[in-house]
Amino acid sequence: MAVIYIDNRPYTVKDGQNLLQACLGLGFDVPYFCWHPALGSVGACRQCAVKQFKDEHDTRGKIVMSCMTPAADGVRISIDDPEVREFRASVIEWMMINHPHDCPVCDEGGECHLQDMTVMTGHVHREYNFPKRTFRNQNLGPLVNHEMNRCIHCYRCVRFYRQYAGGRDFDALAAHDHVYFGRSEDGVLENEFSGNLVEVCPTGVFTDKTLKRHYSRKWDLQTAPSICVHCGLGCNTIAGSRYGQLRRIRNRYNGEVNGYFLCDRGRYGYEFVTGDSRIEQPLARPERSAALERVARGEALQRAASFLRDRGRVIGIGSPRASLEANYALRRLVGPDRFYLGVSTEDYRMTAAALKILQAGPARSPSLKEVRMADAALVLGEDVTNTAPVLALALRQLVHPKADAAAKTFDLPSWSDAAIRELVQDEKESLFLATPAHTKLEDAACQTYHAAPDNLARLGFAVAHRIDPASPAVPDLAEEVDRLAEEIAAALVSAKRPLIVSGTGCCSEAMLQAAANVAWALCRRGNPALLSLVLPEANSIGLGLMGGGDLQSAFQALREERADTVVVLENDLYRRESAAAVDAALQLAKHVILIDHTRHAMAEKADLILPAATFAEESGTLVNSEGRAQRYYQVLLPKASVQPSWRWLGLLNEPASGTADEELFKLDGILADIAGELPQFRPILEIAPPSGFRMMGQKVPRQSPRSSGRTAIDAKENVSEPKPPEDPDSPLAFSMEGDEGLPPPALIPRFWAPGWNSDQAVNKFQAEIGGALRSGDPGKRLIEPQVGAQPDFFQTVPTVFEPHDGRLLLVPLYHIFGSEPLSALSRGIAELTSGRYVALHPADAAAQKIAEGDTVQLELDGISLELPVKIAASLPPGVAGLPSGLPGMEHVALPSWCTVTTILQTPPLAPPQNGEGVGGGVGAQS
Amino acid sequence: MLTPEEIRELEADLAHYPQKQSGCVDALKIVQRRRGWISDDTLREVAVYLEMTPEELDGVATFYPVIFRRQVGRHIIRICDSVSCWIMGYEKVYSALNGTLGIRLGETTADGRFTLLPSACLGVCEHAPALMIDDDLIADWNPGNVDGILSRYP
Repeated sequence: MAVIYIDNRPYTVKDGQNLLQACLGLGFDVPYFCWHPALGSVGACRQCAVKQFKDEHDTRGKIVMSCMTPAADGVRISIDDPEVREFRASVIEWMMINHPHDCPVCDEGGECHLQDMTVMTGHVHREYNFPKRTFRNQNLGPLVNHEMNRCIHCYRCVRFYRQYAGGRDFDALAAHDHVYFGRSEDGVLENEFSGNLVEVCPTGVFTDKTLKRHYSRKWDLQTAPSICVHCGLGCNTIAGSRYGQLRRIRNRYNGEVNGYFLCDRGRYGYEFVTGDSRIEQPLARPERSAALERVARGEALQRAASFLRDRGRVIGIGSPRASLEANYALRRLVGPDRFYLGVSTEDYRMTAAALKILQAGPARSPSLKEVRMADAALVLGEDVTNTAPVLALALRQLVHPKADAAAKTFDLPSWSDAAIRELVQDEKESLFLATPAHTKLEDAACQTYHAAPDNLARLGFAVAHRIDPASPAVPDLAEEVDRLAEEIAAALVSAKRPLIVSGTGCCSEAMLQAAANVAWALCRRGNPALLSLVLPEANSIGLGLMGGGDLQSAFQALREERADTVVVLENDLYRRESAAAVDAALQLAKHVILIDHTRHAMAEKADLILPAATFAEESGTLVNSEGRAQRYYQVLLPKASVQPSWRWLGLLNEPASGTADEELFKLDGILADIAGELPQFRPILEIAPPSGFRMMGQKVPRQSPRSSGRTAIDAKENVSEPKPPEDPDSPLAFSMEGDEGLPPPALIPRFWAPGWNSDQAVNKFQAEIGGALRSGDPGKRLIEPQVGAQPDFFQTVPTVFEPHDGRLLLVPLYHIFGSEPLSALSRGIAELTSGRYVALHPADAAAQKIAEGDTVQLELDGISLELPVKIAASLPPGVAGLPSGLPGMEHVALPSWCTVTTILQTPPLAPPQNGEGVGGGVGAQS
Repeated sequence: MLTPEEIRELEADLAHYPQKQSGCVDALKIVQRRRGWISDDTLREVAVYLEMTPEELDGVATFYPVIFRRQVGRHIIRICDSVSCWIMGYEKVYSALNGTLGIRLGETTADGRFTLLPSACLGVCEHAPALMIDDDLIADWNPGNVDGILSRYP
């Protein structure tokens, strides 16, 4: 701890901070632009000036930049000194010379850091009355809007985009007062974290292009804390709505999880909520062959009741994309023995294996914060950029060993961004990637290895054996692989916080076992190894913890005539098992009830469809890959008959109370039931306060005090102002009335503080700048490692992958835009979604005289697919890649052996300039 | 496409650097010497050769006033407009050239012969006012014999 003096009063602050951080943490308002807690300090904007004094006798002092000055013990500064106040005001004056003052037509207006800082410095009178420099803006694609005239040249955008996120298609161009931040020509920003520019930019240069289509000011948005549903990481978001429509997603700071940033899938995938595919009415068919018709809610419930009369004949198929509450409600409706998880056999096996490894082993499943703080990492088999994007962003921030050492040798503080980059230069962190094909994280890695899944697992086993000879040796290991294993083992052993990342991406249990062996071998040596396993969906772990059979077991129950009625919860089974298998099984069911919010292939098979709420229209709980249970809250009222799945299921369970009594089914009640019956979920009661929680006797308002038009919005129908809707499930109110104090962290509906209208207001919500939120980051971990346990190593090392004659091993490739079905329905994401293709190694392609762009027929397991070919030199010979889950792609269980025959040859094309187009990234742009 | 001669020259020059990218300013100068300026296409070709993105190379190219990202004339005239030259008669120099060539700063004559550019300082304040045509410094220039001087640059 250090004692610093601010305007002659002593304050105790944590060591190792800079003065700006320290002052903000103490609640002082010091204006700044270029500093960002995640990006560090560069001292570029000169806005955060304070006056520093030598000692208590020094009356003159000198002006220093607070972001570049350590808050060392005994430092004396003044924020209020007239000279430094004038200095700060004049900095704003310079910036305003070219700023267009177009706040009324700027999307940033009302949540603009530049506005806030201008007001804060007190510079209100502009004397510059000459022409302003103007720029031509660029079309940066469907997600980010560009308006360069507003730029104040803080350089945050390039520092985030290039240095933090690893993008290379965006830079600072030109010089003097016409520095231009953009691309060399119009085009889609290639980096999958480009949306963060919207929040990183202190003014309106980069704004949310999707919000533009249905714009609302921040103060008019009804907002609530939410959780991203588009992958397994559970990034915290703030969902904002207006006029009953979801308008945008912003980052919600959670120090343990996503921190300051989201990926573009998470930020822009929300438009499915208002998309054309929404199910808004109960639908039913009078008989099997008839078309679906709209039915009234009461009739829908009656029909459901008649289908469910013989409970012993009903099975329920849950979903890893539905909430814990919904899955539990289904489980309660049909009984634990007749509840199935709704995932394929492979996914089921993989999730179970991952859970077992995390629960029985000594290696801790890290939060994303722990990932960012790791100092060496091995990624085994997972294309994290495309399956868990923010994890990839976290892996880019691994602590460089040199930076760690420098902190000691040169007394270089960790926030001193430019100095550390100067020191590290182009040296890579200890990041080792082993994946089937090229991934976009490779530019950050010190070593990469491409191989068939079995060979990747073998590398993992070899690393584990190098670390602890008690783990199984790998026979017939190629010399170069052995050398790589040795190098990886050495890096992991010498690291203070080593990390192993793997996941279900390759659908290889051996891969998970290899990753576990490496982590456990490190733990046995006393190295506190972290083991991060990527699971595919928002609630994969939650469903795994709940337990139940896989989809094939459900089908078997139908085949064996143990059941004749199926309730499917938020699940498109055609994405889980082959169409033939699903068709055959559903054929056997007398009645199929589907509860979902979005139309998909299952709608054709359902006799009754009940319209479910999306994440934005309900409150619930999801468990992320880390094992962290997190609550999300309803942000808008759904259309008339839409309601949360768990409420539908509650009604179905008690048809007698049927039509009016749904108030009985409240979130608190179902949470208590879950915790009571399934002890593994007991901590979910502590994630957030119950609905009865009040602050100063009041609820937490979802609307800001400035929310406008309340008396006018419905005036066209009725001039009497309606009563605000009630929310029986949470302590949040659909109103501007409520307590404006600091809510518990899980209930923060928006970041705002007096004088701080932009997202930077998060400073006021943190216990320490860039650290945890006050009262702790939200979420409760449901999985903890067995510290000190020494489970037996997995012994089954796969044999060397042998290419088969005439057949290729088809492995899944993932796309951040397209592989996840809900986000793919959103307009911006849909525009960036890759077309279907199959990726072949050049040698395999050449062997059959196949060229890039040819159409081939893929035969596997009785399925036949016609696809255009992409040539991917990074794939191992004998292995082909198939993009996973793209819209319109038939489900194929992978990995699987296939044959490829040419159907159509196209004239030769020039090779693509950006390298190869497989797996996300580059492919996504084509 | 970069010509074989360009590639030869680039290879020889870039051999002096630990990474190709370090020599990007040299590379731009080499190519500009042959082509007169750096067009968008040229920029992309050089970027591919240097294993840089067009944005990274353009950031360098647009930073330096001696790398031309717009087409320029066969000869470049730079008039110094910094303090010393300004006091000593920059405006007379400018009017003389403007009168003779009919172009303003930043413009090129219709026949593509001259481009007129300002220069922040030529470093010869003791000989103000000064200007530079291509690589030739013209110091202490009391505008006279404009045609004579310009005729040296066909």
